Amino acid sequence: MNGTIRIEKERCKGCALCVEFCPRDCISLSEELNPKGYFVAAFSDGEQCNACRNCALMCPDACIEVSTA
Amino acid sequence: MKQLMSGNVALGEAAVLSGCTHYFGYPITPQNEITEYMARRLPAAGGVFIQSESEIAAINMVLGAAAAGARAMTSSSGPGMSLKQEGISYLVADELPGVIVNVVRGGPGMGSIAGAQSDYFQATRGGGHGDYRTVVLAPASVQELTEIVPLAFELADRYRNPVIILADGILGQMMEPVDFDGLVRPADVDKPWVLTGARGRPPQSIYSLIFDTKLQEEKNWKLQRKFRLIEQNEVRYETHLVDDADMVVVAYGIGARIAKGAIKRLRDEGKKVGLLRPITLWPFPAPALQELVKATSDFFVFEMSAGQMVEDVRLALEGRGRIHFYGRPGGVAPMPVELYRIIARHYAQAQAAGGRGRR
Amino acid sequence: MSTVFQRPKLLKDVDFHYCPGCGHGIINRLLMEVIEEMGLQEDAICVAPAGCGMLLYNYFEIDVIESAHGRGAAVATGIKRVRPQNAVFSYQGDGDLAAIGTAEGLHAANRGENITVIFVNNGVYGMTGGQMAPTTLLDQVTTTTPTGRDADLAGHPVRICEVFSELDGTAYLERVAVNKPAAVVKAKKAIRKAFRCQLDGRGFSLVEILSPCPVNWKMGTVEACRWIDDAMLVYFPLGVFKDAGAAGAPAADEEVEA
Repeated sequence: MNGTIRIEKERCKGCALCVEFCPRDCISLSEELNPKGYFVAAFSDGEQCNACRNCALMCPDACIEVSTA
Repeated sequence: MKQLMSGNVALGEAAVLSGCTHYFGYPITPQNEITEYMARRLPAAGGVFIQSESEIAAINMVLGAAAAGARAMTSSSGPGMSLKQEGISYLVADELPGVIVNVVRGGPGMGSIAGAQSDYFQATRGGGHGDYRTVVLAPASVQELTEIVPLAFELADRYRNPVIILADGILGQMMEPVDFDGLVRPADVDKPWVLTGARGRPPQSIYSLIFDTKLQEEKNWKLQRKFRLIEQNEVRYETHLVDDADMVVVAYGIGARIAKGAIKRLRDEGKKVGLLRPITLWPFPAPALQELVKATSDFFVFEMSAGQMVEDVRLALEGRGRIHFYGRPGGVAPMPVELYRIIARHYAQAQAAGGRGRR
Repeated sequence: MSTVFQRPKLLKDVDFHYCPGCGHGIINRLLMEVIEEMGLQEDAICVAPAGCGMLLYNYFEIDVIESAHGRGAAVATGIKRVRPQNAVFSYQGDGDLAAIGTAEGLHAANRGENITVIFVNNGVYGMTGGQMAPTTLLDQVTTTTPTGRDADLAGHPVRICEVFSELDGTAYLERVAVNKPAAVVKAKKAIRKAFRCQLDGRGFSLVEILSPCPVNWKMGTVEACRWIDDAMLVYFPLGVFKDAGAAGAPAADEEVEA
């Protein structure tokens, strides 16, 4: 099953828990700064995502939406 | 129909008849009869009684119950009232109703268990933190409780503010004939702010933390406007034999009962002494004093404390008139004849110094 | 293409004030998911604490009242006694419940008040800048234990679930954590069970949630999650400490979609 996620960049605080807990290294901290001054998380590998939802479960700002492709 | 009842029990009965449905309290002398009476009477009347683990818990249960729409009451004395001060501040800030009864005993500290008037400052100045006021009602007889208690619930609901009933250990224990027939249950008021769960309306909240100081200031001014309204509309007092008085005794609650006994003796001797009995300690009947001082020069303040209400008398008179003071702290209750002797001495001194009409 | 996870509708469209990596954000979300899924949005009334969790009324699309520090269980008692039909829960931190509010919490539990307490244990006082909490571990450095918590001076950490399990009035007590996805799933199940316990009228329920506080622990967000596993779980074991059904028998577990 292929999955995809959408990160609300304005809400992201760059805590990187999603990066840590993604079992397939699909997310990384980008060099993009949001208006709050955080480096936001970015979905970097759409091929590997299987919509396990680990990232969304851990996100303390409830800013990740997970879908199956 | 008149029945003989103690003040504490009458207070409890009056509360139930006034629509109090929730009572939370912790035992402390000399008000335990209120807690015990509510334990029997309130559940029988379909209400809820909880003996809380502390006076702190009780006042916070009142806060929760009020937020959920109930007429809630707690009662305590001395140290227990001190514990409630945080909760009272929160009730004011949350604009919640609630009735808090203080059956005053001697203080400070553990104090004594005898009736006293030692908590006037705490009640009227607001013993909790922040700029706030609570209405303070001071009954002077068991029968008067049947008017004061429903008034307390009515004012609390109308103004969305806690109301303190400042009784004392003598009133609480003494037995007098009382008739509840005239007690009118205050009408329910519309309370759209009550937390009931967000059914059929948007969710709402009750809180008092306001980080923004400008908004916090505006909240404070809003509360102050409420307090000004209460000051304009809710002053209550009794005058007794003041029309021709050369000296007016100012006393409240049990102090006024003792004073009336003293005044009877003084009048029997032809001494023209009257009484101003504040019923609302806040708002204080300053206008009444300001009116009286136009014709009477001498005011004799009597309290069962080291001197607390006397400061409000001084403030009200703004330097006019002469103020005499006699206070007994610690729970000592002078006999009327003792008070009569002291007033008589001051009366004589005042006459010698030039009396009525002098400003 | 179908959505399998989204931000709960009962979380207002407002950014959380919590620090990056703070467990409160996860717990807030779990609560609103559970309340939404159980259809309690019109019945729920939340009592918010003093502490980092004090701004819940900005986040939750349900009725909320702010309590004085530590008094949440007493306020919840007052509300529930007036409105037993509502789902009343208090949200309290380790200072709120285990220090200043211990009497109110313990006695609400002892009376078997039919309320739910969400107890966030992050081993430190967050809002006020990182002082010792009753749940701070021995040797843990905080701003008021600068050389590490010393049992002789400051006593031992308090285990609330264990203490409360001794009270007959408690019906459901579980300790969970939100430091990794599998734990978050279990935490949500526990929150559901706690509300189920209240709705079934079985008595007092409490979920203690070990939660990361990276800023005041002076750790990175991932390091903080690991520290819960390495240090906190040793002293605060996860699990169910009480599960009393109506007839004294354990209640059935509910199957839950994560």
